[in-house]
Amino acid sequence: MSIGHTLLGLLESGPRHGYDLKRAFDGKFGHDRPLHYGQVYSTMARLLKHGLVEVDGIEPGGGPERKRYAITEAGITDVEKWLAQPEKPEPYLQNTLYTKVVLALLTGRSAAGLLDTQRSEHLRLMRELTERKRHGDLADQLVCDHALFHLEADLRWLELTAARLDLLAAEVAE
Amino acid sequence: MSTTDNLMEAVDLHKAYGPTPALDGAEFAIRAGEVVAVMGPSGSGKSTLLHCLAGIVRPDSGSVLYRGRDLTAMSDAERSALRRGEFGFVFQFGQLVPELTCVENVALPLRLNGTRRKEAEARASEWLARLEVGELAGKRPGEISGGQGQRVAVARALVTGPRVIFADEPTGALDSLNGERVMRLLTDAARDTDAAVVLVTHETRVAAYSDREVVVRDGKSRDMERVA
Repeated sequence: MSIGHTLLGLLESGPRHGYDLKRAFDGKFGHDRPLHYGQVYSTMARLLKHGLVEVDGIEPGGGPERKRYAITEAGITDVEKWLAQPEKPEPYLQNTLYTKVVLALLTGRSAAGLLDTQRSEHLRLMRELTERKRHGDLADQLVCDHALFHLEADLRWLELTAARLDLLAAEVAE
Repeated sequence: MSTTDNLMEAVDLHKAYGPTPALDGAEFAIRAGEVVAVMGPSGSGKSTLLHCLAGIVRPDSGSVLYRGRDLTAMSDAERSALRRGEFGFVFQFGQLVPELTCVENVALPLRLNGTRRKEAEARASEWLARLEVGELAGKRPGEISGGQGQRVAVARALVTGPRVIFADEPTGALDSLNGERVMRLLTDAARDTDAAVVLVTHETRVAAYSDREVVVRDGKSRDMERVA
């Protein structure tokens, strides 16, 4: 995730102090990974240097951390460009599991057992996320759903591979 | 898991339809309050396993013990009585009676067990409300959506206070949102009433509502908790 663009986006609704920005970020996006203060201030320093934010005011008696930041026109344009640009889809072609399955077949180990073990591990995580959804708010549900759909796709691949193990074993043996 | 902990236990089940074996030594166990997902490819035998556990189909050999009693040794009448009194069923398509209103549909298992109409419908209304479809009590199945119908079907499965709920692809005909709602309500209600749920599904996101998973392949079952 681009922290810089996210903080810029949060500033569009009005100027904020670094501390407020961190709180807003953590509340909306930082469920599992809250920002460190250092990250906020180093990011704001970079945005300031590039003219994407400006200092809107400084609290009397405060140090640098009491600065209030506002987004500039250049900053708004930057956020708009970032939002309009599609994210590059992950190709998922580097697959450790596939490598493990082939190596298991090559070395006479149980590829079916490996797939079953992985399946159990995936479902265990899916259960955890489903339980979290049960008690979470809408943001939690959407974040967990994103993970659940990806895990589900992995599981479908595991099932399909399990169903094709004999074919793969024959191909690997050639 | 010791045998005494199990509410239901199936041992070495065999069932063939003509020359085709549907179950080939399948095993299964479930405790009270537990949700167990039964998964497997199409034609693997998972629905046959559910039907044997529920006493709908008699296996060719093997036993299904429910609270110490062997279903395979019971008469048809005894198994029917068990299904009406202690088991609840949810199928892929709610299979509600189209001529009856939703509250009458939910009250039906109670009426078949001899409960008076007023009391049966009062309890049915409570379950409809709990499944968040209380406002549909007077409507007929043809007047409600698929997701609503499935919640009515869950209410009907739970109204008798069953000890085991058999759910065969309960979300198979629903979109993701409605499917999740049905699963949340079904598993919440089962946990609250300490009912066991045997959940046949091919969807891993639905299976994630379970406590444990059993995979059926070629008529043989595998408890995935014991893998690795």
